[in-house]
Amino acid sequence: MLRHEPLKDAWAEQRLFNNRIFWAFTGLLLLTGLLISRLINLQVVEHQRYADLSHGNRIRIQPLAPTRGIIFDRNGIVMAENLPAYQMVLIPEQVSDLDGTLDRLSELKLIDEQQRQRFFRRKRGKRSFEAVPLRYRLNDEELARLSVHRHELPGVDIQAALVRSYPLGSTAVHVLGYVGALSESDLQRVETSRYAATSHIGKIGIEGQYEDRLHGQPGHRQLLVNAQGREMDARGEAREELLRNRQEPVPGSDLILSLDSHLQAVAEAALAGRRGTVVVIDVNNGDILALVSQPGFDPNRFSAGGMSNEEYLALQNDIDKPLFNRALSGTYPPGSIVKPFIALAGLEYRAVTPDHSIFCEGYYSIPGNEHRYRDWKKEGHGEINLHAAITESCDVFFYMLAMELGIDRIHAMLADFGFGQPTGVDLPGEKSGLLPSRDWKRGAFDRRSERIWFPGETVITGIGQGYMLVTPLQLTHFTATLATRGKRFKPRLVTAFRDPLSGQITEIPPQELAPVELADDRYWDDIHRAMGAVMNTPRGTGWAVALGAGYKMAGKSGSAQVFSVGQDEEYDEEEIDERLRDHALFVAFAPMENPQIAISVLVENGGSGGRVAGPVVRRVFDAWFEEHRQ
Amino acid sequence: MIFSEAEQFRPNRALSFAGRLLRKLCIDGPMLIALLLLAGAGLFVLYSAGGQQVDLVLRQLLRIGVALAALLVVAQIPPKYLRMWSPWLYLAGMLMLILVLVTGASGKGAQRWLDLGLFRFQPAEIMKLAVPMMAAWVLHSRRLPPDARDLLKLLVIIMLPTILIATQPDLGTALLICASGILLVMLAGLSVRFILLAGGLAMGALPVLWHFMLDYQKQRVLTFLNPETDPLGSGYHIIQSKIAIGSGGVFGKGWLNGSQAHLEFLPERSTDFIFAVLGEEFGLLGLLSMLIAYLFVVSRGLYIAVNGQDTYCRLLAGSISLTFFIYVFVNVGMVTGLLPVVGIPLPLVSYGGTSMVTLMVGFGMLMSFQSHRKLLPT
Repeated sequence: MLRHEPLKDAWAEQRLFNNRIFWAFTGLLLLTGLLISRLINLQVVEHQRYADLSHGNRIRIQPLAPTRGIIFDRNGIVMAENLPAYQMVLIPEQVSDLDGTLDRLSELKLIDEQQRQRFFRRKRGKRSFEAVPLRYRLNDEELARLSVHRHELPGVDIQAALVRSYPLGSTAVHVLGYVGALSESDLQRVETSRYAATSHIGKIGIEGQYEDRLHGQPGHRQLLVNAQGREMDARGEAREELLRNRQEPVPGSDLILSLDSHLQAVAEAALAGRRGTVVVIDVNNGDILALVSQPGFDPNRFSAGGMSNEEYLALQNDIDKPLFNRALSGTYPPGSIVKPFIALAGLEYRAVTPDHSIFCEGYYSIPGNEHRYRDWKKEGHGEINLHAAITESCDVFFYMLAMELGIDRIHAMLADFGFGQPTGVDLPGEKSGLLPSRDWKRGAFDRRSERIWFPGETVITGIGQGYMLVTPLQLTHFTATLATRGKRFKPRLVTAFRDPLSGQITEIPPQELAPVELADDRYWDDIHRAMGAVMNTPRGTGWAVALGAGYKMAGKSGSAQVFSVGQDEEYDEEEIDERLRDHALFVAFAPMENPQIAISVLVENGGSGGRVAGPVVRRVFDAWFEEHRQ
Repeated sequence: MIFSEAEQFRPNRALSFAGRLLRKLCIDGPMLIALLLLAGAGLFVLYSAGGQQVDLVLRQLLRIGVALAALLVVAQIPPKYLRMWSPWLYLAGMLMLILVLVTGASGKGAQRWLDLGLFRFQPAEIMKLAVPMMAAWVLHSRRLPPDARDLLKLLVIIMLPTILIATQPDLGTALLICASGILLVMLAGLSVRFILLAGGLAMGALPVLWHFMLDYQKQRVLTFLNPETDPLGSGYHIIQSKIAIGSGGVFGKGWLNGSQAHLEFLPERSTDFIFAVLGEEFGLLGLLSMLIAYLFVVSRGLYIAVNGQDTYCRLLAGSISLTFFIYVFVNVGMVTGLLPVVGIPLPLVSYGGTSMVTLMVGFGMLMSFQSHRKLLPT
């Protein structure tokens, strides 16, 4: 190895090395000196100060929880607030007979077995002088009962705390979401020091989506505690210093929603007893005025911290899925609602003209194929043009039109409206729905034979059946786009932030999306006229809905198949199970001349759109226009 | 005392027998005594810091036993073999580092551990020794001071594992490994001008480093600069640790009497912050004694380095000793609020497994160098 090297000068190298070691040793002594001087500084010079902090009295830092932001509706009505609630706590060291005390509380019906178990879990890891919560929210009657028996229960105390409260109860629960107790998995997501004093966190809905804004920044205060950690009174200079070091929490930002809580309540009442959704949007800025998903539940049960596991499981396992936000996360076939959009594609790509008519004999067959795609009207609509096909919801017309257009052009037009994409609303859990295409089908199936797009699939796409899926929110969003003749706004719920201290309001401008542009703007008029005729002519499927209204509306009914009817079977509402019946759908906008709001109503297993979903549309529109007369 | 040698220990026959035995076992007596003193004192502090749990102390005792066994084994290996194995150890360590990055089981959010079925260990621990060994191996056959080509080679050898470990992310260990390599190169005679230049460049590189740091690492540095800004989070460690040490005074509150530690004000008190427990209970006198013991170990190590038989032994012994000092300095600096909070334990005293073995293996090498010297005529 040494062959290629110049000769090593062993002595010189040893001298060099010794020299380096000497300097290293010197540096090391200097650094040690630095450490020692630091120790002398801490333990001799400043000893008294640290001893004061430690010995006898010492400072403990107690985090202070920020106040959560309040949520208002568009008219300033409070939808979520923080109310003082009385909680019952127990201070273990002041209780001589713990079991006896808990037994007595059970006798007084102030705690149940589960709360008792939970108490022991909370007590673990706490010092004996620290209060352990027994119950989070006492009602007036319980408070009175406890006060009367207080003298028998030494060590049981009442403390006031702020608890999240939803004054409107279950109204708009799927918009607001709720706060729930901070869980282990929550703590891994958030910055723990920011949640040091917080017991609850926004779980879903607006509460979850805007958690960061609503929560605020915690403050802290310093307390003097003695050697056992018990809080002591501070006097004189020490007191001053403690107060000086206090940092107030910064409350979370208030939110102002686009929601109209009155309209929301009307919509919920109109849908009462049904499973379904109502979504109302201001077509000129995307503001969501009402968003209903039924059934719902009372969010106050979560925030009160008193919900038992059984209660939660019951909610979760309920066959009607009250926790599920259908308006956003539920996807349904659009059914006949899709017809105006297919018609627009037909006009845009010149597959039809407004006057072009076909003959409907009650079914359609692809040339060279026996299979009959049936119309909902068995005997057929006869000679029918585009306008009448929308008004009477003729299926055969749209089977033919879809075949004429082909799936690629249908896909192109619907994609412009946003089919198959999430609307981008500011709520968590939004589904994108599904807009089928050749590409999609190639990627979605494993079997080679299923990866091809079949003509029959184009046929049923024409009436919104098959693979196509939309969310109720999307339906309203698309209807709003029809109403504005292509102008699109991202649907949104939070329209402004409000600083809780100064009251200053920061508006968020509406967000415009890429518009739908047609070769000829008159196509919009054709669709508007046809949708108007749905509501305003006796042949229209929505005639009964609009009858006698003081404003003019345009709309479209639909029904979405839940299960398919065989080739030669009859669809009979009476005979099939309620949960297999068609979903009833209705979309509309009003006023026709100058559209303001758009709506979609979906009633799960409701059957006919016009008969079941239509009246909900009417009630919501009536409520709105009563308040907003032109 | 420091520069005395084992064979000069002859107050009576018993000791002389001990000296012969140690010599036979290739053990350096003074260093072994200092190590045992430190580890033993550590057990006492640990008993107090860990809430007087006997099994915690027993587990630590077991670790010390395993580590001492490793020391004993390594001390028997002649330096020649250690040198020959250096590149292979380095290579194996690098492979495992890459393996950890690819498949490593995640512990505490960082990819550091390699799961070998029976036990898990950190390849970074191997590199703590393998990097200086490899560097010493490279320089062993070269003329010193090293030329530019050698320096470039060394730069690659040192920076590759440093970067890999820093991306795990384990910035503390990465910097220590980097330091062990750089110290070795400095001992090899890197020109002073170059050292100053590199130092300047490093200062300039700080903002770049800052850019690549993860949020929690940045937070640590910021908190160090001003602990009061985050009294609920990481600043809490430093504040409580300073209170513990400061309140100990000159004589301390006495063993098992440290209120800071026992009332659980002090976090990580059996691991990274054990020095603060010692400071609270044994005061300035206790801390000074411990620092002196550490200084003795380092000095003895440097003595062995100076007496090293060849370049490999000298450089490696010097690097191991100085790195050991850096461990102590960084931990004590952190606990006393002089340095940011990096997760470096106090060597030999903090509760914890792998690093104890690595340390003792390092000292085993020093003892091997010392005991396998062929006495050359002067």
